[in-house]
Amino acid sequence: MNPLSTYIKESPFLKEIGEIALFTKRFFKEIAKPKQEYAEFLNQCFWIGYKSLILVGVTGFIMGLVLTIQSRPTLVEFGAESMLPSMVSVSLIREIAPVITALICAGKIGSGIGAELGSMRVTEQIDAMEVSGTNPFKYLVVTRVMAATLMLPVLSSLANAISLYGGYLGANIRGNVSWNLYWFQVFNVLNYGDVLPSLIKTFFFGFAIGIIGCYKGYYSQKGTEGVGRSATTAVIVASLLVFIIDLIAVQITDLLGLT
Amino acid sequence: MENEPIIEVRQVNKSFGKNHVLRDFSMDVNQGENLVILGKSGSGKSVLIKCIIRLIDADSGSIKVLGNEINGLDQEPLDDLRSKIGFLFQSNALYDSMTVRQNLEFPLRIHWTKEERLKNGYSAVMEALTDVGLAHTIDMMPSELSGGMRKRIALARALILRPKVILYDEPTTGLDPVTGREISELMVSVQKKYNATSVIISHDMNCIRITSNRVIMLIEGRNYADDTFENLKKSNDPKIKEFFT
Ligand SMILES: Nc1ncnc2c1ncn2[C@@H]1O[C@H](COP(=O)(O)OP(=O)(O)O)[C@@H](O)[C@H]1O
Ligand SMILES: [Mg+2]
Repeated sequence: MNPLSTYIKESPFLKEIGEIALFTKRFFKEIAKPKQEYAEFLNQCFWIGYKSLILVGVTGFIMGLVLTIQSRPTLVEFGAESMLPSMVSVSLIREIAPVITALICAGKIGSGIGAELGSMRVTEQIDAMEVSGTNPFKYLVVTRVMAATLMLPVLSSLANAISLYGGYLGANIRGNVSWNLYWFQVFNVLNYGDVLPSLIKTFFFGFAIGIIGCYKGYYSQKGTEGVGRSATTAVIVASLLVFIIDLIAVQITDLLGLT
Repeated sequence: MENEPIIEVRQVNKSFGKNHVLRDFSMDVNQGENLVILGKSGSGKSVLIKCIIRLIDADSGSIKVLGNEINGLDQEPLDDLRSKIGFLFQSNALYDSMTVRQNLEFPLRIHWTKEERLKNGYSAVMEALTDVGLAHTIDMMPSELSGGMRKRIALARALILRPKVILYDEPTTGLDPVTGREISELMVSVQKKYNATSVIISHDMNCIRITSNRVIMLIEGRNYADDTFENLKKSNDPKIKEFFT
């Protein structure tokens, strides 16, 4: 056997990618089966969405505020202070708000799901579900992945709105921009090419966070340190995936000429 | 049919990588008996009963439960068969995000219709809880209960569908001797009430003495000895003796 194929066979990194791919394939297979767990899905939407509202809102607010305060001196230097609302809103909506929201959620939701399913695995709760006739993959994994996929765009939209408001306050700390003028400039510069791609990518962020959290928890190693490891690695892998998806999304938007 | 064993395990093998856990293991469990499986920690006792309910697939061999060959059974008949088997997990496996009542109702959601659940769900839960003497905990969370109480709730959940077969994975391990004894006595009374057949994994001598009609010793992956507790206790075989000293 040549060294490359040995590497491919032995590499834990590639093995993990393969396993995640299989897990994702299983997700699509199971979601197509009849009987959806609607009650548990709504329950998860509540946990994932509602319970992250404040965290995401506060972060969004600070992001807008800080970005505006930080950008002002540079714009002043170029005599383009009046561009402040336009510039800040484009950066926030296209990139900063969705990505930061996704990273926050990778931390909160990814680790939450990883730890929850991990402890259910090691205390045999997942086996108990299977024995009592409930498909645990459908009940636990499909509902959580779907909830994360649908809630991330909602949370990200909220972060968008609040960060723009933070931007308004930031612009008024030193300068003086009226409420009407600020929003006129913001909506004047933003178009569908900015908003839609950034909204669409948040679905993928949510999907990735849900899949990774569930994968890590569902196959958690025995023992309490196994649960801890599931939660931690879920955050690391999900955050990394958020950046990779973002990179791909930028390339696609670019190719489609939506810039 | 009358004399056919309830569980028939034939030549079952199971390996995890190079770890050959079960080697040509065979046994029969007859109607109404309490069979104890005794073996060292890590000898494959949990693997064996998880194979019986097909949480783990055996590599080879045949397992028949209530006349059904479980390997190769489709999902629906498998779920149907599992509804006739109660499983008490070593770690109890209570759903810790649910109340005691929701824990007990969980197996009903698949096997009963919505009307049945609304009509008889509460009384079934109450009956199972009364059987284990914990009716007052119905609205509590598992985290509010002691270890012995959690074990009883887990037993109540295993009984809710009135199973014909009950599988116990180390029911008294980790409990104090008094509570362990109470659980053992509870198992005997439950077995009488439901006229069930039980397979009990244990290395707690008190539990074995109270519950067992027959004991199988699982040593090196094989059915090493099969006799009553009293006879095994008198054995001179060093491999058996070390369990009884
Ligand atoms: N899912 C698994 N993957 C790999 N090895 C396992 C698995 N389950 C059990 N084993 C191994 O099988 C052996 C028997 O385990 P088990 O049946 O749990 O022992 P016990 O008799 O204490 O219940 C142990 O060596 C254990 O490491
Ligand atoms: Mg065990």
